Amino acid sequence: MIKFDSVTYVYPTGARALSDVSVEVGKGELVALMGENGAGKTTFIKHLNGLLKPTSGRVYVDGKDTRTLSVAQLSRIVGVVFQNAEDMFFLPTVEEEVAFSLRNLGFSEDVVQKRIDWALKFMELEVYKKRSPFLLSGGEKKRLALAIILAWNPQVIAMDEPTVGQDSMQKEKLKEMIKQLSLQGRTVIISTHDVEFVAELRPRVILMSRGKIVADGDADTILTDGELLRSCSILMPQVAATMSRLTDLGFNAKVISVEEAVRSIVKRLMEIEHTRRA
Amino acid sequence: MEIVRVEGLTFTYSGSEVPAVKDINLTMKEGEFVLLLGPSGCGKSTLCRCLNGLIPHFYAGKMDGKVVVAGMDVTKTPTYVLSQHVGMVFQIPENQLFSLTVENDVAFALENLGIPRDEIKRRVDFALRAVGIEELRGRSPFELSGGQQQKVAIASILALMPKLMLFDEPTSSLDPVSAKSVVDIISSIRKEFGTSIIVAEHRVELLADKVDRVIVMQEGSIIKDGKPKEVFVSEEFTPYGVPVPKVVSMAKGVNRHLRVFNDMPLSPEEFEQGIRGFLYDKVR
Repeated sequence: MIKFDSVTYVYPTGARALSDVSVEVGKGELVALMGENGAGKTTFIKHLNGLLKPTSGRVYVDGKDTRTLSVAQLSRIVGVVFQNAEDMFFLPTVEEEVAFSLRNLGFSEDVVQKRIDWALKFMELEVYKKRSPFLLSGGEKKRLALAIILAWNPQVIAMDEPTVGQDSMQKEKLKEMIKQLSLQGRTVIISTHDVEFVAELRPRVILMSRGKIVADGDADTILTDGELLRSCSILMPQVAATMSRLTDLGFNAKVISVEEAVRSIVKRLMEIEHTRRA
Repeated sequence: MEIVRVEGLTFTYSGSEVPAVKDINLTMKEGEFVLLLGPSGCGKSTLCRCLNGLIPHFYAGKMDGKVVVAGMDVTKTPTYVLSQHVGMVFQIPENQLFSLTVENDVAFALENLGIPRDEIKRRVDFALRAVGIEELRGRSPFELSGGQQQKVAIASILALMPKLMLFDEPTSSLDPVSAKSVVDIISSIRKEFGTSIIVAEHRVELLADKVDRVIVMQEGSIIKDGKPKEVFVSEEFTPYGVPVPKVVSMAKGVNRHLRVFNDMPLSPEEFEQGIRGFLYDKVR
């Protein structure tokens, strides 16, 4: 669905934000892009909808070279939710915000209405239909930004730091929505350094540092590699950090979910007790 | 000695019908380290603003009750006096910085207070050293990383040597390593200078084993107040949508099968001790 082929991007200031990045993301995949602030995550995301075009190399979205398409054309395929959701709002009501891009994309008025209702319902915002977007809470603004994008049903949804400033309840909801979108077959890419959130979501993890991809694999493998994470200013999630202290007792250190950790601890403790009795 | 006394505090922002905080009663001893938890919009920031005088001096609204900080009635004390006793560090450090160099930013408030020049120099040195950013003193705050900027913001407050420091989600925009080092700095400020500290923060994993007390707010009220172990362990706690450190969930899960933890762990270190202690007791 997405293919980066030796992509390098240099900002006009001379800062090299992406350096020879090659990676493919398949249709329906759920990917977390991780790395310290300034690693190149946002620059990567801006290449998905053509806001930025590679200085050298190629980005292909659904098989098409992004240099040949406009942002408007690419946006039909890739919807991007940026970190500061508020920056994108400018209309008097929630409903009009969602309608605006739909009308721009040329949908007929009855389709526009149906899509608005569907998207606001999915994001649990239907009660705010007539409210000003600026009166919504931080979490609601983020959901509205996502609703606007879902309304035109792009195949790929990319979110830049979706958990920043969100409390645990909002994160829980966000996690469920991401899972649901992924189950519906959409390709979802989130950039984040929230390790606990990623540990719960367990997606494919692409780890970036200084504009390069330094690791790519499943969450269980990458989030339990303390040394690798530390080199990217990321810490292990607490479950993995705890288990890694007990490896000398034969505990499984490659665990990031609470449930699996509990199961493996109880099993190991019983084993130890059993051996001692024998 | 009491650093904070709040009695029957209710505040409603003008233009709003619902109070942002209602009937808050709270006392805090000097040197206490408090974690303030609760969902967005629960009143954490409003409470902090009442403690440093932004409410009622800058935010309009209706205020009832009494707020006494470091022996001063907040409503009757001008903010420039309060700021020498109560300092606040905000969520987004960039908004708090504006000078051309780190050093000037840290010195700014001191200059405004008319403190003598050599005293300013002494305090700037002290604050930069305390947060470990002496080598950044000549740099522009705007070319620094988010974590470094947050440290500059902390240093500029610390230079005022306040008795009470308030932190409103100080790590939310930082990567995990920077977040941890900011939390370590906050913790060392308390240890070294005995500063009273309130941190409003969602990342409980970073703070659970460092604070003396956890206060949970919901819809403008305090719904729980106690030692971290009591608050995180109580069964009815999770439904409020307030996060519990993962080690607490793990320990609870293990205890359902085997009675391993008599004392709830608040960090990976304490979890490890619990497991090793359990195995050791078994051998004996």
